[in-house]
Amino acid sequence: MEYFVELFFSGLTRGAIYALIALGYTMVYGIIGLINFAHGEIYMIGAFTALIAATVLSLFNLPLPALLFLSLAAAVIWASAYGYTIERVAYRPLRGAPRLSPLISAIGMSIFLQNYVLLAQTPDFIPFPALIPEFAALEPYAGVVGSSDLVILLSTALIMLLLSLFIKFTRTGKAMRATAQDRTMAALVGINVNRIIAATFVVGSALAAVGGLLIASHVGQINCFIGFIAGIKAFTAAVLGGIGSIPGAVLGSLILGLTESFATGYVSSDYEDVFAFSLLVLILIFRPAGLLGKTSTEKV
Amino acid sequence: MTFRSTFLVTALSLALALPACLAAAENIKIGVAGAHSGDLASYGLPTVKAAELVAGDINARGGINGRQLELLIEDDACKPEIATNTATKLISMGVKVVIGHICSGATKAALPIYKEAGVIVISPSATNTELTLSGDYPNFYRTIFSDNVQARTIVDFTINDLAAKKIAILHDKGDYGKGLAEFAKTYVEEDESVELALYEGVTPGAVDYSAVVQKIKRSGADAVIYGGYHPEASKIVTQMRRKKMTIPFVSDDGVKDDTFIKIAGEYAEGVYATGPIDVTANPIGKAAREAHRREYGSEPGAFFDNAYTAALALTNALIKAGGTESEAVARVLRTEDVATPFGALHFDDQGDTTGATLAIYRVVNGRYVPIR
Amino acid sequence: MAAPNVRLTWGDTGRALLTSLWFVFLTFPFLAVKINPAEQTVLWRWPNLIHVAVTTFLLSLAACLYRQYREARLDRKTEDDLPVGHNPLHLLWTRPGVRLPLLAGASAIALVFPLLFSTYQTNIMITALLYVMLGLGLNIVVGVAGLLDLGYVAFYAVGAYSYALLNLHFGIGFWTALPLGALLAALFGILLGFPVLRLRGDYLAIVTLGFGEIIRLILENWNDFSHGPSGIANIPRPGFFGLDLSLEGSITYLYYLMLGLVLFTVFVVNRLQNSRIGRAWFALREDEIACQAMGIDKTRTKLTAFALGATWAGMAGVIFAAKTTFINPASFTFLESAIILCIVVLGGMGSIIGVILAALLLILLPEYLRPLADYRMLAFGTVLVAMMVFRPRGLISPVRRTYTVRGRTISDEPA
Repeated sequence: MEYFVELFFSGLTRGAIYALIALGYTMVYGIIGLINFAHGEIYMIGAFTALIAATVLSLFNLPLPALLFLSLAAAVIWASAYGYTIERVAYRPLRGAPRLSPLISAIGMSIFLQNYVLLAQTPDFIPFPALIPEFAALEPYAGVVGSSDLVILLSTALIMLLLSLFIKFTRTGKAMRATAQDRTMAALVGINVNRIIAATFVVGSALAAVGGLLIASHVGQINCFIGFIAGIKAFTAAVLGGIGSIPGAVLGSLILGLTESFATGYVSSDYEDVFAFSLLVLILIFRPAGLLGKTSTEKV
Repeated sequence: MTFRSTFLVTALSLALALPACLAAAENIKIGVAGAHSGDLASYGLPTVKAAELVAGDINARGGINGRQLELLIEDDACKPEIATNTATKLISMGVKVVIGHICSGATKAALPIYKEAGVIVISPSATNTELTLSGDYPNFYRTIFSDNVQARTIVDFTINDLAAKKIAILHDKGDYGKGLAEFAKTYVEEDESVELALYEGVTPGAVDYSAVVQKIKRSGADAVIYGGYHPEASKIVTQMRRKKMTIPFVSDDGVKDDTFIKIAGEYAEGVYATGPIDVTANPIGKAAREAHRREYGSEPGAFFDNAYTAALALTNALIKAGGTESEAVARVLRTEDVATPFGALHFDDQGDTTGATLAIYRVVNGRYVPIR
Repeated sequence: MAAPNVRLTWGDTGRALLTSLWFVFLTFPFLAVKINPAEQTVLWRWPNLIHVAVTTFLLSLAACLYRQYREARLDRKTEDDLPVGHNPLHLLWTRPGVRLPLLAGASAIALVFPLLFSTYQTNIMITALLYVMLGLGLNIVVGVAGLLDLGYVAFYAVGAYSYALLNLHFGIGFWTALPLGALLAALFGILLGFPVLRLRGDYLAIVTLGFGEIIRLILENWNDFSHGPSGIANIPRPGFFGLDLSLEGSITYLYYLMLGLVLFTVFVVNRLQNSRIGRAWFALREDEIACQAMGIDKTRTKLTAFALGATWAGMAGVIFAAKTTFINPASFTFLESAIILCIVVLGGMGSIIGVILAALLLILLPEYLRPLADYRMLAFGTVLVAMMVFRPRGLISPVRRTYTVRGRTISDEPA
C-alpha cells in the first residue's frame, strides 16, 4: 500500500509537469486548430531565460525569494515575447493557407529555436539552481513527496483555476472562446481576431515559462533540446483529455503521468511509453475526441 | 530542372574544394570523423583538437619524410546513415587512415566501407564489444576499453569492494548504456553469491524518475549499477538521495564527467564511476593538456586523452612505415610500443590496446578522485 | 515587366526601427549574456546586439519593399484569389515546350550522374532518391488521401528490420526481401489503419505518432528479437547476378537500382492517382461525409491508402538497410517522420514533381551546408519557415485534371 501511494505521488508530479505545458498547447489548438510544435521550445526558452536571469542576479547577492520572483518575471516576459513574435512571423502570414502548412512552419520554428539557443548559449546540459526552497516541514515525508513536487502540484492546480476563471469571466477570455468557436462570426461581432489570437499565444507562452522554471528547478538541469520530448508528451496529454479543453488538458496529463508511473512500478519502465501511447489509442477508439472533448457533428 | 540545381551546387562545392586538393597533392591525409555539431558535439570536438595538436607538432618538425600531415575533418553527427556518407567522402578524398568515429553505431556503419577500401581506423571512444571481438573488422583499432571490460570492472568492484549482495542494474536504453548493462547483468547472474534485484531501462529525457527510484527502493537492492550518460544519472542520483536512499551508485565512463558533479551538486558525493586512468601525472599527458590550454584557452574535453593516444599511435605507425601503406601501418600498430599519455602500448590482434587504461573514481568533495 | 513603383517613407523607416528594437529586446538574454552557471560567471557580449539591430533593421526594410513590390504587381490581390499554381516554378513547369526538354535534360543528368561525380556524391544522391521514394509514399496518405500521418517512419523501420532480420536468421537475399519488406509494411499499415478508422485530423496525427514511437521502443527494448539499441551490422548490399562488386561498383549499382525504383514509384503513383481508388482518395480528402454519401466505401479507401503508403516505406526501408549495412532504432525517430512530412507539404500536397523537388532540396541542402556546422540546422529551420510563409501551397501545386467538353474546359476543382 505504501508503495502504491509512493507511485501515485510520482505519477501525480509527472502529470502536473505535463499539465503545465499541455495547457498552453491546448489553448493555442483550441483557438486556431494548430499543433504548435514550437510550444515545447517556448517552455525551453522560458527555462533558459530563468536560468540566465538567476545567474546574472545572483551576482548581486539577492535573497532566494527575490531571486525566484525576478527570474520568474523575466522568464514570463521573454517567453511571452517569443510566443508573440513566433505567431507574428511564422503563423499569421499563413492564415487561410492549407491546413498542414502552419504545421510545417511550426516544425521549422522548433528546429530554429533549438539551434538558436544551442549557438547562442551551449549544446551541453547545464545545472539549474534549486530556486524552489526546501520546506523543513516536509522532511519526514521525503520518501513520498518532496518540496518541489508539492510546489509543482499546487502551482498546476492554481494555474488551472486562474486560467478557467480568466477564460470564463474576463472580456479577453470571452473573446477567446468566441474566436475559438467561429472566427468569422467573432470578427463580425467586432472582435479583433488577430489581437485575440496573439493574446492566446502570449498567455500560453507565459504558462509554459512558469512550467519551465518549476520543472527545471525540480530536475536540476537543462539544455536546448528539453522542449522536444516535453512538448510531445504534453501534446499527447492534451489530445488524451480532448484537445481545446482546459480541464481536459489537466485530466489527460494526470492520467498520462499516473499510467507511466504505475506501468514503471508494477510492470517495467522499459515499456513505459508503450503503455502511455497504447492507453491513448485505446481511449481514442472509444472516445474519438478525447475524454472531455466535444464531438462536433459535421454538416455537409 | 530537377538535377540542375543539384548540379550547380555540386559544381560549386567542387570548385571550392579543388584548390585545396591541388595544393595538398603531396600531403598525407588523415581523416577525422565524429560528431562535430549538434548535441553530441562535446564528445566529438576534443578528438579534432587532439588530432590538430599532434599533427601540428609533426608538421612543425618537418612532417613525415618531408610530407606534411593534412587533417580532413568530417562530421557524422553520430548517425549511422550519415557516417556511411562521411566514410565514402573521406575515401573519395584519398584518405588512407582515419581517427574516429566517436559513437559505436556510426563506427559500425562506416567500418565495412573503410575495410573494403583498405583504410585503417582508430577510434578514441567507440566501446562496443563486437567491434573488436567479432573479428569482422581487422582494420579497426581503439584506444578505449570495450564495454565488457568496463562492465567486468564495475561488477567486480561492486561485489568485492562494496560487498553488495543485491544489485539493481539500470540503463538508458541507448546503444552504449544498454550494451554495458547487458554485460553487467550477465556477470551478476554468473556470480552465485549475489542476486540481481532489478534490471530496467529508464526513458532518456524524462522529466522525473521517482517511480523508478521507488522501484529500486522496493527491490531492496544494496547497490545500483547504471549504464548510460550523466544527464539521466544525475537525475536518478538526485532523486534517490532526496528520498533518503544512501546505497552506493556505481556508473560508467559516460558519467565520469565534471558536468555530472556540477549538476548533481552535493548529491554527487560518493558516486563511483569508471573512466580512463588519470593521466595528469604522465609527462606526455601533462604536456598535451598544457598544449591544449595554450592553443585553445580551455581545459580539454571528453576522450581527449584517448584521442591524443590514437593520434600518437597512428602518426608513430605512419612514421615507422614511411607512408600510408596499410599492411606496413598495421604491422607497426600491432608490434611496436609507442609512448602515450596512458604509458607505452601497442594493439593486440583484435585491435584493443595492451595494458590497463581503466580506473575507478569516486566523487570526494566535488571532484573525481581515483581510488584504484 | 515594368518595375513597379516602390519607395520607402519615413513611416516605414520608423517601423523598421521599432522592429529592430523589438528583436534587440528579444535576443538580449540569449545573445548579450553568456552564462557559465557552474562557475557562476557571466560574460557580456554587447556587440552581438548591434549586429542584431543592424541586421533586423535592414531585413525589415527589405520586407517592406518586397511587400510594396508584390502589392503593386498583384494589384492588391491576395494569393488566394489567384488560380491554383500561380507561381514561377509552376508556370515554368506547365508552359508548353518546356516540360519535355527539362525532363529530357534531367533524365540525361540522372543517367550519367555516377560517371560524372565521385562515389560520395553518388552516395548522397542515393539518400536523396530514397527520400523521394518515401515522400511519394507518404504523399499517398497525406497529400492524396488527406490523412495526417506523423508515424510514417514506423513502416520504414519495418522494412529495414525485415531485411536485416530475415537475412540474419534465414539468409534471405535483397531481392527476396524487397517484396517481403514491402508486404510486411503494408500489413502493418492495415494494422494501424483499423483502430484509427474513426479518428479525424489531429487525433489521427497523434495516434500515428504514438504508433511510430511504439514500434521504435519495441525495437529498442526487445533485445532477443531486434538486437536492441546496438543494432544489426553486416547487412549485405544487393548482389548483381552473383558478382562480387567493389565498393564503388556497388554504390553505382545501388544508384541505378534506386533510380529505377523511383521511376517505378512515380509511374505507379501517377497511375494510382488517376485510377478509381485515386479519385476516391481525393474525395475522401476533400470531404469525408460527402465522399461516403457518394457511395465510396470509406473503410476500404482509408485502409488501402495506409497500406499502399506503407508499401513504399517498406521498400525504402529494405534499401536503406542494404545501403548503410547497419541499422539501429536511432535511425527511426519522430524527426525522420517530420522531415518526410515536410517533403510532402513543401512539395505541394499531392504533386509528384513537387515532392521530388522538395526531397532533393531538403536532403541535399543540409548535406551541402555541412561546412556551416552548427549553423546548418538553424538554416534548415529558417528555410522551412520561409518556404511556408512565401509558398504556403508548396513548391508546385498539384494540377487537377481538366476535361474539355465541346470547347469548354471543365475542371474537377471541388465547388
